[in-house]
Amino acid sequence: MAIIVEKRDLTPITSLFEVNAPLIARNAQPGQFVMIRVNQQGERIPVTITDSNRSKGLVTIVVQVVGKTTHLLRSLERGDRILDFVGPLGRPVELPKHGQAALVGGGFGTGAILSLAKELAARGVEVCSIIGARTRDLIILEKEVRASSDHTYLCTDDGSQGFHGFVTGQLEALVRAGMAFDQVVAIGPIAMMRAVAETTRPLGIKTQVSMDPIMVDGTGMCGACRLTVDGQLKFACVDGPFFDAHQVNFAEAIVRSKTYAEEERAALTTAVAAGG
Amino acid sequence: MPMVQLKKTPLPALDPIQRRLGFQEVSLGYSPTQALAEAQRCLLCQEPNCEAGCPVGVPIRDFIKLIAEGKPLEAVRAIKQVNSLPAICGRVCPQEHQCELKCVIKGKQEPVAIGALERFVADYELAHQGAQTSVNGYHRNLVNSLPGKPTAKVAVVGSGPASLTAAGDLARTGYHVTLFEALHVPGGVLMYGIPEFRLPKSIVAAEINKLREQGVEIQCNTVIGRTITIDQLMHEMGFGAVFIGSGAGSPKFMGIPGENLKGVYSANEFLTRINLMKANRFPEFDTPVKKGQRVVVVGAGDTAMDVVRTAIRVGAREAYIVYRRTEKEMTARIEDYHHAAEEGALFQWLTNPVRLVGSDDGWVRGMECIRMELGSPDESGRRRPLPVAGSEFLMEVDTVVMALGTNPNPTVSQSTQDLVSDRYGHIKADPATGATSKPGVFAGGDVVTGSATVILAAGAGKRSAQAIHQYLNERRKAPTAGAPAVGC
Ligand SMILES: Cc1cc2nc3c(=O)[nH]c(=O)nc-3n(C[C@H](O)[C@H](O)[C@H](O)COP(=O)(O)OP(=O)(O)OC[C@H]3O[C@@H](n4cnc5c(N)ncnc54)[C@H](O)[C@@H]3O)c2cc1C
Ligand SMILES: Cc1cc2nc3c(=O)[nH]c(=O)nc-3n(C[C@H](O)[C@H](O)[C@H](O)COP(=O)(O)OP(=O)(O)OC[C@H]3O[C@@H](n4cnc5c(N)ncnc54)[C@H](O)[C@@H]3O)c2cc1C
Ligand code: SF4
Ligand code: SF4
Ligand code: FES
Repeated sequence: MAIIVEKRDLTPITSLFEVNAPLIARNAQPGQFVMIRVNQQGERIPVTITDSNRSKGLVTIVVQVVGKTTHLLRSLERGDRILDFVGPLGRPVELPKHGQAALVGGGFGTGAILSLAKELAARGVEVCSIIGARTRDLIILEKEVRASSDHTYLCTDDGSQGFHGFVTGQLEALVRAGMAFDQVVAIGPIAMMRAVAETTRPLGIKTQVSMDPIMVDGTGMCGACRLTVDGQLKFACVDGPFFDAHQVNFAEAIVRSKTYAEEERAALTTAVAAGG
Repeated sequence: MPMVQLKKTPLPALDPIQRRLGFQEVSLGYSPTQALAEAQRCLLCQEPNCEAGCPVGVPIRDFIKLIAEGKPLEAVRAIKQVNSLPAICGRVCPQEHQCELKCVIKGKQEPVAIGALERFVADYELAHQGAQTSVNGYHRNLVNSLPGKPTAKVAVVGSGPASLTAAGDLARTGYHVTLFEALHVPGGVLMYGIPEFRLPKSIVAAEINKLREQGVEIQCNTVIGRTITIDQLMHEMGFGAVFIGSGAGSPKFMGIPGENLKGVYSANEFLTRINLMKANRFPEFDTPVKKGQRVVVVGAGDTAMDVVRTAIRVGAREAYIVYRRTEKEMTARIEDYHHAAEEGALFQWLTNPVRLVGSDDGWVRGMECIRMELGSPDESGRRRPLPVAGSEFLMEVDTVVMALGTNPNPTVSQSTQDLVSDRYGHIKADPATGATSKPGVFAGGDVVTGSATVILAAGAGKRSAQAIHQYLNERRKAPTAGAPAVGC
């Protein structure tokens, strides 16, 4: 049981929660996630730890509504309890110790790159953060990202703010302009991560992505989250979630992520009808 | 003198048609009259052979004698000297490979139904006396046999049979025990793996409630190695010793093409979705599962039988077991195999999948198999299955479940530096005590042995409880000497 001590709606579909979870806050490393179950009938879903405050015992998460569980999460307010809140899970991301790094975030991924940006800044790595959204109103956490990055670039698909186009366009532009990234880390929708992988592959830049397959337990016990990476079977929850973007079989991951599309649609429709 | 009864007193079972409608327990257990009749089949041997067949040495003859004398509560007390979970073991032990295999009357007659009798007395106790016996029963032995007043805190990782047993024994000895479970429900495989129709969850819950009454603190949603490390438990949180019973939960796959198609599950995923997350009741519960019409389960152990029987219950029209050896080599309990067959499971022996075939949108639609024949014996002593060239054929399927066994989850070993494990991730531990390479840390159950049985895990938990008590006692007597080396 974890109590929500603060909630902030960032966009019409994204909310930030600060949750009281001292044990998790104490051990959390950048890139790790929690498993959440909202109620007794609920599903277990993974959500990245955006930030953690050891001394206050708080963990920050950013949730974007895509289906029933994220819808239920968003309906929770300050003072409400999250039934199950487990973590920190997954292996921490391996980050460079010096040089230049690009962090690419889309959707909830903008929240997820924040803890990486902070860690890199602490190490003295020069950080370029590229954050993308469909349109200006959906950009989240710009201020926070700016505060812990050396350079921050916004991209919108419709050109309503920042670079007009996808994050990959901005990334390419930076490389062309002479940035020599030692590493790129991308977190966000799988299509975006695949596009980043294809952008950096010919450039030979080491790139990591945070894979988001469907999970059940998140502790390595079921194999639902399995992926093919460099021809090998991997469980994202214990071997990942970060993998070498140039080795991940994205096509397979995309197909697998749609396993329950039918059920998810039905569940969301009833949830919205019931909850308004 | 009653007539010699050649066969076991039949164990009543739910009607197969009715079974398919739900998850009600199939095997119904003896009535007192039936139990008495069965107990009277036992010769009360001077040297009970059967006891050598039980991995923990349950005093079988004595407990059966007590049943025959009409003292079921004393019988259960006798069992609990060595096995804290008789209601569970009586149901799920592979008795035909263990105690009953060694019963002297086996041969001309069927062996005494030891498992069913064990279950009978345990259920009798649950119905009549709740938690009483186990609290006041044998446990004085342990306390009395090892001097000293225990005050220390002990951490127990996981909540399967190994951990439940260790936690219970330690709590009754007087330790402050905290049990840490990664999932939101305690019980390990007993909860998420073995289905309700074979092991009612109320029985597992009763065991867990008993632990709570005995003062064990149960902390779910805590992944040791992540939420709290072993070193933090010992150096920051004041736990004097740790028992690791984290099981072997990591599912194996075959490595054949098509295994990541949609509709392909590990047994753990399929069973967890249904047993733990109640996916069979979607949309009332949020977790979905694909309820296949043509389901194929690969493997023929307890897990495979559980999956095939579960698939039938959630609506499969055809449910197959595909196994590369024969009925003779399968490891499933014979009772469950019979039950599966009665419920309509179909069996393809000497058959091995070579590839899964998918539809354009990535759903599994076919399983290409090859027929096998048995060659000469392999390391396990069983005849090695060899493919028959040119015998490939295609099975039409919409759900495939791999029940191929499991490896230990790497989280605890990876996060604990001086804990030695083998290359498969099994923690190395002294079989007599469970002591690992790390002082104060003990381990037992599937995480040490690889996937085995409930009774072996429970036995290991019991031995470790004793060893932990001894370790803490010694340390208390010589506090300045530092932690004694109890490596393996
Ligand atoms: C390691 C990891 C980190 C993540 N971090 C975040 C985060 O910080 N913020 C955030 O908003 N989202 C995050 N996600 C995605 C989030 O888990 C899904 O959006 C959520 O599970 C959707 O649940 P739902 O019931 O609302 O939607 P559904 O309608 O159930 O599903 C919508 C889509 O979400 C995915 N999904 C569904 N169920 C699961 C599941 N049990 N596990 C994983 N994915 C699932 C599927 O691709 C599905 O098509 C992360 C996922 C992973 C694997
Ligand atoms: C479907 C199925 C059917 C079976 N049928 C039978 C049968 O009929 N008869 C029989 O004798 N045996 C059977 N077995 C085998 C038997 O269940 C196991 O041998 C036994 O449960 C092992 O017990 P354990 O205590 O070692 O661990 P488990 O029962 O595996 O429990 C381990 C627990 O530890 C938790 N855990 C893991 N890592 C951590 C961590 N880092 N921190 C906190 N908690 C953690 C897990 O979540 C789990 O709850 C079956 C197994 C399966 C899967
Ligand atoms: S614990 Fe299992 S093997 Fe031992 S006597 Fe009981 S049923 Fe037989
Ligand atoms: S060997 Fe058989 S007959 Fe002899 S004591 Fe054991 S159960 Fe009874
Ligand atoms: S979610 Fe079950 S193994 Fe990763």
